[in-house]
Amino acid sequence: MRVEGQVLLVIAAFFGVVALVYWFWSGETSGTALLTGTCLLGTLPGGYYFWWSRRMKPRASDDPSAKREDGEGVVGTFPSSSIWPFVLGVSAALVALALVFGFWTAIVGFVGATTAVLGIIRESRRGGVV
Amino acid sequence: MTTLVTHPESLSLPEEEHGTSGLLKWITSTDHKVIGKSYTITAFVFFLIAGCMAMLIRTQLASPDNTFVSQHVYNELFTMHGSIMMYLFAGPFAFGGLANFIVPLQVGAPDMAFPRLNALSYWLYLGGGIIMLSGFLTTSGAADFGWVAYAPLSNSINTPGAGPDMWIVALILTGFSAIFTGVNICATVFYLRAPGLTMFRMPIFTWNMMVTGILILIAFPVLTSALVMLWCDRHIGSHIFTVSGGGVPVLWQNLFWFFGHPEVYILALPYFGAVTDILAVFSRKPVFGYRGMVFCTIAIAALSTSVWAHHMFTTGTVLLPFFSIMSYLIAVPTGIKFFNWIGTMWRGSITFTTPMLFAVGFLIVFLFGGVTGIFLASPPVDFAMHDTFFVVAHFHEVLFGTAVFGGFAGLTYWFPKYTGWMLNDKIGKVSFWLMFIGFWVTFMPQYLLGEKGMPRRIAEYLPSTGWATLNRISTGGAYLLFLSVFVMLVAFGESWLKRKERPAGDNPWDAHTLEWATSSPPPHHNFYWIPPVRSERPVWDHNHPDHPTVKEHAREVRELVGVGAGTGARGGLAEELPPSSAGGTSAPSGDGHGPVSGNGHDPTGESK
Repeated sequence: MRVEGQVLLVIAAFFGVVALVYWFWSGETSGTALLTGTCLLGTLPGGYYFWWSRRMKPRASDDPSAKREDGEGVVGTFPSSSIWPFVLGVSAALVALALVFGFWTAIVGFVGATTAVLGIIRESRRGGVV
Repeated sequence: MTTLVTHPESLSLPEEEHGTSGLLKWITSTDHKVIGKSYTITAFVFFLIAGCMAMLIRTQLASPDNTFVSQHVYNELFTMHGSIMMYLFAGPFAFGGLANFIVPLQVGAPDMAFPRLNALSYWLYLGGGIIMLSGFLTTSGAADFGWVAYAPLSNSINTPGAGPDMWIVALILTGFSAIFTGVNICATVFYLRAPGLTMFRMPIFTWNMMVTGILILIAFPVLTSALVMLWCDRHIGSHIFTVSGGGVPVLWQNLFWFFGHPEVYILALPYFGAVTDILAVFSRKPVFGYRGMVFCTIAIAALSTSVWAHHMFTTGTVLLPFFSIMSYLIAVPTGIKFFNWIGTMWRGSITFTTPMLFAVGFLIVFLFGGVTGIFLASPPVDFAMHDTFFVVAHFHEVLFGTAVFGGFAGLTYWFPKYTGWMLNDKIGKVSFWLMFIGFWVTFMPQYLLGEKGMPRRIAEYLPSTGWATLNRISTGGAYLLFLSVFVMLVAFGESWLKRKERPAGDNPWDAHTLEWATSSPPPHHNFYWIPPVRSERPVWDHNHPDHPTVKEHAREVRELVGVGAGTGARGGLAEELPPSSAGGTSAPSGDGHGPVSGNGHDPTGESK
């Protein structure tokens, strides 16, 4: 976890320095704001990972001499199949099209998106097929 | 069905996906391999569509005063060609197609970290793509303000109609799709790596995809935000990019290029990674300067986000020395990468298979694109060349070099893993040579046209300009490029027809990384077993236990070159051991530590 944090913190530090140089050299606001935002984007997750890396045991994937048995345990929960991402994707497209053709497609889109979100929540809690 | 995956039990008994088949399986699957294939096929179809548009553009420019298409249609064509290639092909083909399929395999994971989010990414991408193309069906036609949509050209007065609006919402959808994919790739790399697979043992392709994921998270939200602002300007009377209401048009360029330049590297870094893996495998050597490659990738990504305004030198509103210096600096890590790529091949036992040819083609083409990029990083040169065909040639050398040469290298390299059978190597090589020749014939004349002052984005020119001959040559080269892609399609079709004659086996290239430790195509949740990871080449280590170091490896190469044809993975200890069942799975032999072998097929196809 430490290396992941370090990569993000290095990126944050780089953009912090660049933002400062850019601001004092150019005085231009939009670019400085974007560079500062990028610095924060590295700082927040990078700081979180680094903070945790000092408080947790190295994971099997961080240990160069780890054996396969060291990775025993739950890796994660992986759904086999689900119709809801498709429904959510189509619904999002309908909502987006409302920005072009008027509000009526958004009504269908919001209903579909709400159904899909509920479906995903239900699926996550109980497991389930399509 | 939701499956709880555990180590190491799942590695010995991966669960098959139940319940769906056919079209329903493709629609409902959350398996990264199915989604990766969907992305790859969809992106390739978009590539073909945009390629057809390029043929129309080149046909229009083949002769002066041509009226093959109208000026309005020409504007639509170059806008949609650029938009489709940039937003719907080059990026999604890499981070949606190749990365989706390969990254979980390379880190030894059962799937992406968020499978349903992964599926949603694909549907948003497909929806966005269809909406963007549907602009052609509207009465005003598709978007025609260029793929960069500069304000104030993109406002509702200069480019009214539904087509441009559909372009905007399509990019918002595909932008979210990319952001979700970036999150997924980073989370997969951070949390789902196999035991022993530390960050500095990851394959370079996975490293580059992780850095690309971070770049996506930096760049795409800015584009999405800018698009929302543009929509507001067009529809609800805001004046963010219009002078009349107190807005700043050049702000659009700042926002767009803060996305746009990292986007170039979002499109390039994945292919850098693929090519790195390919060069090592087909040189039968480890990657030269592994850590240097990683640090250079991070440096390129960081610098690429600090150079956005070199696209805006001619606006007169940017700090020229800052952006010029930062742009020059990118040449340093990129140059180190080239050095390492050459170092990887140096004294290697190089096999010029189709993927290797495309990888070497990428090196040459991208080198020229990079060098002309250094020209353009100089403000005085840029002032002269900006908005000429010189920039068009440079841009296509960079992006065609990466997305097409690099993309085809990756696609043909991982084709056996995708499908379970081998690509016809001879037809693949014909495609490469047609493409390589066609590429230079197309784009070298465009450098000269730029020097002669031919502006880009013009539909017609006068005979007196003297540009006709070079344009005809360029158009001829473009037709050759089109033919090369057609030949590659023939290779895919021929390979499908003869798939039973050319099963790939698990590791037909005697490759190094974990995706070659499983069957081709991999089973549901990917692995029956994973070899111990003790270096960045776990599969090589497992197959060649007596030759782990570079020196010993080189000695082994001398001993084994040419031995393996027709009997197993080329060279190596794999062929001394029983091959896995043809096209079947890599079930472990005995204790689960069996070799990762080929299946008896000669991957070069030359023994046939």
